[in-house]
Amino acid sequence: MSFLPNSDDDILAMCSEIGVSSIEDLFCDIPASIKNPTIQLPQALSEQEALTHILHIGNANEQLCSLVGAGIYNHYVPAVVDHLVSRSEFYTAYTPYQPEISQGTLAAIFEFQTFICRLTGMDIANASMYDGATALAEAVLMAIRSTGKNRVLCSATVHPHYRDVLSAYLWASDAQLAIVPYKQGLTDYEQLSHMIDDNVACVIVQSPNYFGAVEDVASIADSAHNHGALCIATFTEALSLALLKSPGSLGADITCGEGQSFGNYPACGGPLLGILACRSKFMRTIPGRLVGKTVDEEGRDAFVMTLQTREQHIRRQRATSNICTNEGLCALRATIYLSLVGNKLIELARINHALASYCCSRLVALGYERVFTVPFFNEFVIRVDNAKEIRNRLLDNGYALGISIDTYYPELNDCLLLGVTESVSNNDIDNLVELLQTI
Amino acid sequence: MQTIFLFHKKGKNKYSIPACDSIQGDEIPRSMLRDDLTLVDVSEVDVVRHYRKLSSLNFGVDNGMYPLGSCTMKYNPKINDVVAMLPQFAMQHPATIEETGQGALHMMYQLQQMLCQITGMHNFSLSPAAGAHGELTSVMIIKKYFETKGEKRNILLIPDSAHGTNPASVAMCGFEVKEIPSDSDGDVDLTKLEDALNEHVAAMMLTSPNTLGLFDRNILKIADMLHSKGALFYCDGANLNAVVGKVRPVDMGFDIMHVNLHKTFSTPHGGGGPGAGPIGVVEKLAPFLPVPIIEKADRYYLQYNRPLSIGRIHSFFGNFMVMLRAYTYIMMLGSDGLRNVAEHAVCNANYLRTKLCNHFQVPYNRICMHEFVINDEGLPNGITTNEVAKRLLDYGFHAPTVYFPLIVHGAMMIEPTETEHRDTLDAFADAMLTIKKEAAQNPALLKKAPVTTPVRKVDAVLAARKPVLKWDD
Repeated sequence: MSFLPNSDDDILAMCSEIGVSSIEDLFCDIPASIKNPTIQLPQALSEQEALTHILHIGNANEQLCSLVGAGIYNHYVPAVVDHLVSRSEFYTAYTPYQPEISQGTLAAIFEFQTFICRLTGMDIANASMYDGATALAEAVLMAIRSTGKNRVLCSATVHPHYRDVLSAYLWASDAQLAIVPYKQGLTDYEQLSHMIDDNVACVIVQSPNYFGAVEDVASIADSAHNHGALCIATFTEALSLALLKSPGSLGADITCGEGQSFGNYPACGGPLLGILACRSKFMRTIPGRLVGKTVDEEGRDAFVMTLQTREQHIRRQRATSNICTNEGLCALRATIYLSLVGNKLIELARINHALASYCCSRLVALGYERVFTVPFFNEFVIRVDNAKEIRNRLLDNGYALGISIDTYYPELNDCLLLGVTESVSNNDIDNLVELLQTI
Repeated sequence: MQTIFLFHKKGKNKYSIPACDSIQGDEIPRSMLRDDLTLVDVSEVDVVRHYRKLSSLNFGVDNGMYPLGSCTMKYNPKINDVVAMLPQFAMQHPATIEETGQGALHMMYQLQQMLCQITGMHNFSLSPAAGAHGELTSVMIIKKYFETKGEKRNILLIPDSAHGTNPASVAMCGFEVKEIPSDSDGDVDLTKLEDALNEHVAAMMLTSPNTLGLFDRNILKIADMLHSKGALFYCDGANLNAVVGKVRPVDMGFDIMHVNLHKTFSTPHGGGGPGAGPIGVVEKLAPFLPVPIIEKADRYYLQYNRPLSIGRIHSFFGNFMVMLRAYTYIMMLGSDGLRNVAEHAVCNANYLRTKLCNHFQVPYNRICMHEFVINDEGLPNGITTNEVAKRLLDYGFHAPTVYFPLIVHGAMMIEPTETEHRDTLDAFADAMLTIKKEAAQNPALLKKAPVTTPVRKVDAVLAARKPVLKWDD
């Protein structure tokens, strides 16, 4: 397959116009000793063969009834979302550098920023980050810049992958990271009080946390503020924002997390949708793109990328971040999804919680232990003897019964972290329980 | 310009959610629940018409030539998007990928190998989600490499023609940026490089070909100079499209590099993302790559046991769906097809340069690679780059990258890519010549351009002076 429209004759004519005898002459600056290497790739395929090949690979993947969350959530994506983002004026455009021919992208980002502000209770949201984990890392770098301090406290209930990414970023920027232990599924507030002092730039809390439990963000924010630190509230399940008090209303200064739940597929873990929002006083320190409303020459409303002096293409090594390409199309998916689902998002969040509660209670009735008895949203931890073995047997029977979490929490062996969304029905849960009784 | 909020009217939203028979989820105390959320209340028809309308206000590669320099806005094959919507991949959860996603891991493993073949690097990591993310990850690796060796090196060298992401990535890792000037031919100034090189230099980051669209003729010499001082050589692969299949970065002396799958490997830019910025390294840097790496035993698995690794840099494994598109593209082109990509891209750029160089200033007018830079010097009536760019929109072309690289005053960086036909290049050149004529005869036309676009010139100053960053009812 080839996507080159010029024929051999075209190339000959063009070479003659350029004043060379062949294309090879155009590569004269490359030392001959290293030019035209042998590159071993599979035989080129036609489009039809390529599709057959990819389908063959894809069929090695299995699709199960999945009760797995842990950072990625299988929510239904309405047909409207796929249909509209498939319009190639959206997806074959680049960053909207020329606003006069990019109003579609720009208006959608502006709407996205609005939705994220409403969901998080914050004043400003940017146009997206790579994913929840890097959004958190960037939020923390922002807090370090704003406070001039470089010690960071992060709750042990923050998604372990997010803590790992944060740890890499903070190592690179020579900042210190300390982990606040958890107790009964929640950030140990007493330990936090011992660990915090006036050298702390920020305290990070995730709610609902990795175990699905709803944290007391307000108290943690108070504790941070009492020591001149910022509170960063993060999340992996954005749907919870529709039901639970917003990070903004609970006193967080910066909020960040994963927006995949809004109209984006699990997609083997990417692309995702990093969300970053903050209070207006951080307007000039927030990383990433921002779209603002303005007017055109005729006085009509128009949108444009703004406050770009924060960004790398202007400020270079003094920029607020190196981010350039973000996750624009995923943000567009989220925007269309939130427009379509609208305020029904609250009902959807309730149903997720109800299904998870139902699943949890059925498992408890079977004799499984609910490890943390605090309120949760749509994820929870259960303990059962031989958890891994049971889980493996279920995999062979078409169910993914959560994931083991003892790699990160060795004390939680024989525990499974389950996530339940509307993609699972009451019926599925009943069938699962029936299956569990027989194996 | 309408936003979705203008369609808001109570009762329009008829979206329905699957029934749930057991509403027992009242476990969350009322004090934790919110009652202050309003998103928007619109109908499905509103949504479809509104976003369809918004799409029509956009210009993409499918609308016309998009010669945005260093962004490689080539045609995005439609089959890529078909495979990226397959439920076998789209519905796959990353947390169970070793158990239920062997096909997905197989593809990632193969792509790692293919990128190694194409670049000559020893190992690849697919984790970085964008070019700048790949740069950052690479600078972390450079830092870790010297830390492990017990060497304190705090300087990274960057040419003055570099993308802004280079110095920004360097700064995020606590290194100091030392800028190296270009010489009058547009190559790295070797004398200045010699002066800057010492035992504190960790590495040099070089975009190859550089942002002037030139292949540095001293590339092997630069690599030797760096290596003789124990420094590493980093390749910003943003411009790989010019040389893919023609020369391997490893043979040019590079130790570490990133590749933009959304440029060279045809995945769409999505209005600003998602992209993917995998990084490749020579053998001695492989232990420092981020986790996980995809490996193969009797099954594919995620390798986390890498004690020298810089750690994790993405929530999961990177932008899988972008990788799948790039993999499909490489499978369709093969090695000859990829080499032809570079050859046609370079031919197109030189053809256009030749057509324009008698009418516009080309500050570094020599055989170029996939792009070249002109400027606004000597245009009639003091017409500027920005005015030329806006007028091009009226003629149905996207503008080039403007005012970059910074070393060319009033730069217009033009990258036609290999997927434009000669006739389209001729039409673009004609438009440029017409604009130059207009500049002489009727400059007012250019001052008020664009006039055929959905909105007229947008007031960016107002937007920055009085920021309105969200809709308020």
